[in-house]
Amino acid sequence: MAWRGNEKVNAINPSILTLILLLPLAGAGLVMLLPDRGKLPAWITLFISLITFGLTLHLPAYFALGQHGFQFEINKPWIDSPAIFYHVGVDGLSLWLVVLVGLLAPVGVLASWNAIKERRKIYYALFLVQQTAMFGVFISLDLMLYYGFWELSLVPMAILIAMYGRKDGPKAAIKFFLFTFIPSAPLLVAILWLYARTGSFNFSDLQVLIASGSLPATPLAWVALAFLLAFAVKVPVFPLHGWLADTFSEAPVALAMVVAGKLGLYSMLRFHVGLFPDQARAIAPLLIALAVIGILYGACLALVQRDFWRLLAFAALSHLSLITLGIYGLTFTGWNGAIYQILNHETIDASLFVLLGVLEIRYATSQIASYGGLANKIPRTATLFVITSLAMIGLPMLSSFVGEFLILSSTFTGVSRGLAIAATLGVILSAAYMLWLVQRIFYGPQGALAASRPPDDLRIGESAVLWPLAVLMLVMGLAPSLWMRTIENRVSAIHIHQEGQR
Amino acid sequence: MNSVPDIYRILPEVILTLTGVAIMMIDASIPPDWARRSLGWIAALGTTVALYASLWQLSLPMGTGFSETVETSAFTVFFHVLICGIVLVTLLLSLDSLPEDSHHQGEYYALIVFGAVGMCLLTGAIELLVVFIALEISSISTYILAGYRKQSGRGPEAAIKYFLLGSFATGFLLYGIALTFGATGTTAIYEIARHVSAAPNRSMVLAGMALMLVGILFKVSAAPFHVWTPDVYEGAPSPVVALMSTAPKAAAFALLLRVLFEMFPTLRSVWSPMLWIVAVLSMTVGNLAALRQQSVKRMLAYSSIAHAGYLLAAFAGLGTIGIAAASFYTAAYAAMNVGIFAVVTLVSGYDEKRPLIQDFRGLIYRSPLLGSLLIFFLVSLVGIPFTGGFFGKFYSFSAAIGAGAVGLAIIGLLNSGVAAGYYLRLAFVAAQRPEDGDTIQAPAPQVGVAVGAALLFAVAATLILGIVPGGILRASEAGAHSLQAPPAEASPSGITAIQTNP
Repeated sequence: MAWRGNEKVNAINPSILTLILLLPLAGAGLVMLLPDRGKLPAWITLFISLITFGLTLHLPAYFALGQHGFQFEINKPWIDSPAIFYHVGVDGLSLWLVVLVGLLAPVGVLASWNAIKERRKIYYALFLVQQTAMFGVFISLDLMLYYGFWELSLVPMAILIAMYGRKDGPKAAIKFFLFTFIPSAPLLVAILWLYARTGSFNFSDLQVLIASGSLPATPLAWVALAFLLAFAVKVPVFPLHGWLADTFSEAPVALAMVVAGKLGLYSMLRFHVGLFPDQARAIAPLLIALAVIGILYGACLALVQRDFWRLLAFAALSHLSLITLGIYGLTFTGWNGAIYQILNHETIDASLFVLLGVLEIRYATSQIASYGGLANKIPRTATLFVITSLAMIGLPMLSSFVGEFLILSSTFTGVSRGLAIAATLGVILSAAYMLWLVQRIFYGPQGALAASRPPDDLRIGESAVLWPLAVLMLVMGLAPSLWMRTIENRVSAIHIHQEGQR
Repeated sequence: MNSVPDIYRILPEVILTLTGVAIMMIDASIPPDWARRSLGWIAALGTTVALYASLWQLSLPMGTGFSETVETSAFTVFFHVLICGIVLVTLLLSLDSLPEDSHHQGEYYALIVFGAVGMCLLTGAIELLVVFIALEISSISTYILAGYRKQSGRGPEAAIKYFLLGSFATGFLLYGIALTFGATGTTAIYEIARHVSAAPNRSMVLAGMALMLVGILFKVSAAPFHVWTPDVYEGAPSPVVALMSTAPKAAAFALLLRVLFEMFPTLRSVWSPMLWIVAVLSMTVGNLAALRQQSVKRMLAYSSIAHAGYLLAAFAGLGTIGIAAASFYTAAYAAMNVGIFAVVTLVSGYDEKRPLIQDFRGLIYRSPLLGSLLIFFLVSLVGIPFTGGFFGKFYSFSAAIGAGAVGLAIIGLLNSGVAAGYYLRLAFVAAQRPEDGDTIQAPAPQVGVAVGAALLFAVAATLILGIVPGGILRASEAGAHSLQAPPAEASPSGITAIQTNP
C-alpha cells in the first residue's frame, strides 16, 4: 500500500502517542474555561473524544507487523535525578487497549448525555482527565511514569462517584479509592527498591536486568508480590473484589464501565508476567486456583442478585477471573485469548451498561423483579439486549467465543483438565444468569411498572452507540484474525523472552 | 579576606526589619479611624523585596559574616526564598480575610514581618546563640499572632498554651546548647562539628544533642511533642495557621538539618534511630487521630503532625540525598498546606462560624472554584502523582529506601493510605450534592484580588512541584551540597578568635 509510506504520516508517528495523551487533557482545560451552559460541555467532550478516537485508529493503521519491541516510541528525560523518563510506546499488547479507551470515551459521553443534568462542566472535565490517565497507563514504559498515571486514574473516578453517584456515592467512592490506593503503597516501595538497586525505571532495561538474575532472589520475590497485589485488587481477583459491587451500583453508568478489568489485567501481563517471569511461574498455581474460584463464585452470586447492577458486577468478576486464568496459565494461546478477551469483555460490558442505564432512566429502578414483559413495548432495546447477552455468554460467531475458547482450550491442554472443566462450568452458569435476566426483564407477564409508562424505545443517540457496538461484537466474532495478528506480535515476544531464559 | 560587607549577609532580614518598623511607625502616626488595610500591602511589598534580596545573595560569593555567626549559601537562600514566599502568600490571604473594622491590623502585619525576620535568621545562623535569638524572635511573634482573635475565648487559650509549652521547649533547647558548649568549648556550629568526636565528655555531648532535638522537634510538632498543635491551630485565626504550620516549621527543619548533618554528623548512629522512632510515631499518631476529627482545622493539625513524620523519614537518607529530600518536602508541604488553609479561611470565615467537616457539604455546588481548589489541595496532600505532595513523599521515601530503611518507607506509605481516608472524607463531602435539610445557606464566599493571587501562587507552586520539579530539586540539592561542604571563608584567624573567646 503505497500511501502508507507517505512521509508526512511517518512524521506524525513519534508524536502520535503524546497527542493522544494530551488531547483529552487539553479538552478538559477547554471545558473548564468555557461556561457551564446547557449541553455545551457535553458537545465539546463528544467532539474531543471523537477526534481522540480517530487518532487512536492511526496506531493499528501504521503498526508494523512482525517487528519486535515497541513502536511509536518516545524516550525523553523528564526529571534528571532520580532519572525519570517520559518514555511511551505501544506493542501488540497495548495497541488495541489504547484504541479501546478511545472507543469507550464517546460511548461514555453518550451514556452520560441525559443522565448528568447538573454541574456538567466538572463532570466532563474530570471524565476527560480520566481518559488521559488511562491512556497514560497503557502507553507508559517508564515505571514511575506508569505509577503516576496508575494513581492519577483513581482520582477523577473517585470524585465523580462521590459527586454524581447514587445515594451512597461518597461511601462507595472512599471504598473504591482506599481498596486500590493502599495496595499501591507497596507497589511504590517495590518500584523504588528496584530503582535503588538498578538505577533505572525503564521497562525494557529492567526486564533484561531481572532476567539476568543479578538481583537477590528473596527481595525480588517480595517486589513481584507487591506488583501482583496492586494489580490483583484492581482487576479484581477473588477474594479482593470487595469494592466491585458497590462501585458498580453507585457509580454513574459511564464511569462504572471503565473501572474494572483492563487496567489491572494489562498491568499483570506487562509488569508482572512480563517483568518477573520466574516469580510469576512460582505463584501461578495460586492465581489459577483463585481464578477458578472467582469464575464459579462470581457466577453463583450473579445468579441470586436482585439488582441488575450488582448482577453485572458479579458477572464481571466471573469473566475477569476467566481472563486471569488465561494469563496465569502462562501459555502462548492463553495470553492471546486473554488479550482478545479483555477487548471483548469491555465492549460487551459497555453495551450492557448503556442498555441497563437506558432502562434505569426510563423506569427509575434497578430491581429486576419490578420489570417484566418489556419486549413488546420496546422491541429495539430488547433486540440489542439479547444480542449483547448472547455475545457475553460466548455464542459462536459472536466476540466472546473466540477469547473464551482460546483460554479454555489452553487451560485444558496446558494446565489441567479438571480446572478447565470447572472453568467451563462457569461459562455455562453465565448463560443461565444472563438468559434468566433477559427473561425476567423482557418476557413473561407485563409488570405494573411496564404498564405504567408509555413505550419509550431507544433514542437516536442511544442507537448511535449501541448498534456500532453490536456490529463490532459480530465482526470480532467472525474475523478475529484482524486483531489477532497484531496481538500475537507482542505475546510472542514475551514468550520468546521466557523461552530464552530457560 | 572578607570582601563582602557583613550587612549583605543579612540583607533580607534587614529589609524585613525595616518594613516591620515602618509599619509600626505608620500605624502609630495615622489617625485611628483610618483604614489599616494598606499596611498589609506595605508588608507584602517589603517581603517581595526581601525575597528578591535573598535571590540576589546567590550572586555574592558564598561565605560567612559578622565574625562567622551567619552564612550565605545555597542552603540559606533556598529557605529564605521559601519563607519569604510563604509569608507573602499569607499576607495576601490576610489582606482579604481580616475584618475591616479590626483596629490592630498594623500590629498584625508588623508581627508577621518580624516573625519572618526570626525565621530567616534561623536558617542562616551558624552560631548557637544567634540560633537561639532567631528562634525566640520567630516564636514570640507567633505566640502573639496565635491569640490575635482576643474576642473569641479560644484565641487567648491557644496563645497561652502555645506560649507556655513553647517556652518550655525553648528551655530544653537552651539547656542543650549549654551542655554542648560545656563539652566542646564553643558555640560555633562548624567548630562543634570538629570537636564532637574528640570531646572528653561524650555523655555530655549526647545529652546536649538530645535536649536540642527535643526543643526543635517541638517546633516542628513531631510526636510525641505534638500535643499543643491541634488546640493552637483551632484557636488561632486561619491565615495565621497557614503561616505557622509552614514557615516556622520550614525554619525549624532547616535548623534540624543543620544540627544533625552539619553539627553532629559523627553521631549519626545515635540520632538516626531516634528520628526513625519519632518519624513513625508522628505519622501514625497524626493520621490515626486525624481520622476521628470533626473540625477541619483540628484534622489538618493532626495531618500536619503526620507530614512532619513523612518529612523526618528523609532524615534516614544519607548525606546530600536526605537533606535535598527534606528541603524539597518542606517546600511541597508549604505550597499545599498554605493553599488548603487559604480555602478553609474563605469557607469557614474569619470568625469561624462554619468550622466542621459537615459545614463543607456541597461546597463545590456553592462555589465551584473553592470546591475544586479544596479537592485539588486535598489530592495533593494525599500524595497523588502530578502534584507537589507526591514528589515530596517520593523523594523522602526514596531517600529512606536508598539508605536501606525499607521498613520506614513501607510504614510511611501505608500511613499515607490511612491519611487518604480522612482527606477524601472532606473532599467527598465537599463534592456531595447539598441536602435540602442540613445545608447552611451560606453565601458563596467572595474571592478578592489579593486572596485570588494567594490561591494562584499556591496552585501554581503545587503543580510546578508536581510536574516539573527539576529546578526546585536542583536548588535543594545545591543547598544540600553547600550544607555538607565546610564554609567557604573559614579563615584560620576567625577560628582562633572564636576559640579564645570562651
